[in-house]
Amino acid sequence: MALMTYAQAAVAALDDAMSANDRVIVLGEDVGRGGIFAQYAGLAQKFGPDRIVDTPISEAAIMGAGVGMALAGMRPVIELRVTDFAMCAMDEIVNQAAKNRYMFGGQGTVPVVVRMPMGIWDASAAQHSQSLENWFVHLPGVVVVAPSTPQDNYSLLKAALVCDDPVIFLEHKTLWASSGEVDTSLDIELGKAEVVRTGEHLTLVTWSRQRQVCQQAIEELANQGIDVELIDLKSLWPWDKEAVLQSCRKTGRLLVVHESVQVGGFGAEIVSTVVERLPCQARRLGAPRIPVGYASELEALARVTSQQIVDYVQRMLAQHTDQVPTS
Amino acid sequence: MVRIRAFEDAAEDASQGGVAVYGQATSGRAKVRGPLHLSTGQEAVAAGVCAHLTANDYITSTHRGHGHTLAKGADMTRMMCELFGKAHGFNGGRGGSMHIADFSVGMLGANGVVGAGMPIAVGAAHAQKIQGRPDITACFFGDGAINRGPFLESLNWAQVYRLPVLFVCEDNQWSATTATSAMSAGAGAAARARSMDIEAVEVDGNDVLAVYRAAQELVNSVRKGDGPKLLHTRTYRVKGHVSVDKAAYRNPSEVEQALARCPIKKARALYLTMPGARADVLDQIEADAQAEIEAALAYADACDPPDPETAYTHIQTVGAGQWH
Repeated sequence: MALMTYAQAAVAALDDAMSANDRVIVLGEDVGRGGIFAQYAGLAQKFGPDRIVDTPISEAAIMGAGVGMALAGMRPVIELRVTDFAMCAMDEIVNQAAKNRYMFGGQGTVPVVVRMPMGIWDASAAQHSQSLENWFVHLPGVVVVAPSTPQDNYSLLKAALVCDDPVIFLEHKTLWASSGEVDTSLDIELGKAEVVRTGEHLTLVTWSRQRQVCQQAIEELANQGIDVELIDLKSLWPWDKEAVLQSCRKTGRLLVVHESVQVGGFGAEIVSTVVERLPCQARRLGAPRIPVGYASELEALARVTSQQIVDYVQRMLAQHTDQVPTS
Repeated sequence: MVRIRAFEDAAEDASQGGVAVYGQATSGRAKVRGPLHLSTGQEAVAAGVCAHLTANDYITSTHRGHGHTLAKGADMTRMMCELFGKAHGFNGGRGGSMHIADFSVGMLGANGVVGAGMPIAVGAAHAQKIQGRPDITACFFGDGAINRGPFLESLNWAQVYRLPVLFVCEDNQWSATTATSAMSAGAGAAARARSMDIEAVEVDGNDVLAVYRAAQELVNSVRKGDGPKLLHTRTYRVKGHVSVDKAAYRNPSEVEQALARCPIKKARALYLTMPGARADVLDQIEADAQAEIEAALAYADACDPPDPETAYTHIQTVGAGQWH
């Protein structure tokens, strides 16, 4: 075990993977200097500019070249700086990387890890703050991962680096400096959730930075005698349906919390999956459908807070169980 | 060239009535369904360039990719099966004409998005360089692609890293149903490449010997490690944008002039001026191509369609089939 930040955990995972396999290389803007969040710190010194490749500001080419490299036998890590800039490479992600294997009948695979930091970044406004995980979950051909802790970032990045599919790897922009113990011998399987806390009254399902926000809410609720189970999905495609269903069978109540916009989001998918199979009171809580504003008063409106979660859970518990839909 | 022409003519015939675009109805008779983008009249570019490539070299292609695929060495029968949507097709019926590919001969795929093959080619060439291979990548793209961002991004990338890639502009003068000249500022692909200090050669794309010689020099230079080069071939799209597009928006005299410059006719005439030339050799080439395409059509016709269950395979490994 070693104490690491979320960023250091990613560096450690890359260092291990690049040492073990010389086909793993990194493509991206400013990666030679360690990346804008230090998530590549020291790697250029160790592996050289041929493997930590500084690129022009050309997102379409970075992503497209990653596809070509993968088809030619490499395992590129593609750095897109922030999720918002993935828009400049959307054809390459959607039409080229995700569909290649299917469209060409399995003649080639595209084992790329596409790192695109997600979420609200303080005072960075609408074009540096999006959470678009549901866009990618909707896309056949990709794996979608959203780690919330240094341990997850280490273990899931290592798992992504040996995966033969394109992996959309969504680190959160405000988690880089968060720290925690990391066990480098711990493997976490893509698609496996973690039951962070067991509880009897309600199941909270979340991922990425909202895990920490949910934990604050759970402490407050515990003080009120409300015992909440917390599940961190970690992988959004595939996602651990069984872990969620098992918890909901026990608690009979589900609240999904995500930082992305509430409507048309992945929370709705989880709610649907559960209510199609179980009698369960199920709700989702996300951001209002507004771009993230710059002024702190506007930015605050786009955040899901622990107080909102507390209020939501209290309201759900106050509802009579006869109103629970059955199926 | 003759094999490509035979393939295009047969594919066009098999597609008749099968595309509901430009206001036309489908009849359901078509054996080749959906949009079919023909390279009739452009055969000299594919043949002249691919003659210098081995199966270890890569190519990426456009939505008009049959010629490149055949010239790179792909099996005609499996290509026709793919166009017919049959199980024996290169992609198991998942790709059709627009996504024709044969990775086993280094043909990394036709592409339904204009210019999208360019960064993929650059990445393949970058991998070849890193891996220390003696191989190169040839990247075919159309004249319309030079107005998309990936064109600029790819040329810049290739030049910055001095990659072993030959960009081949197959300039057929038409961007879908609009003349490219009306939509592109400046003198085209070669001029834009030169602005990045990439050596560019312009050649008559209907003269197969001219393409062959120019490509030979450029391929040798790229293979030697001289960095990326660009070959700008000027040819003509004889057919419409897709097979059912009669291209009524064009001046008929423009097409007549192009037909008079048919690359196959030109090559035939040129060959016959050479000492010792024998017309029967050419006739035999055409007869062989006809026999090959007839066999390919018959096989594709008789071949089974894909099992619908195969729709759930080759999507991804992790999480594949989870919600089948």
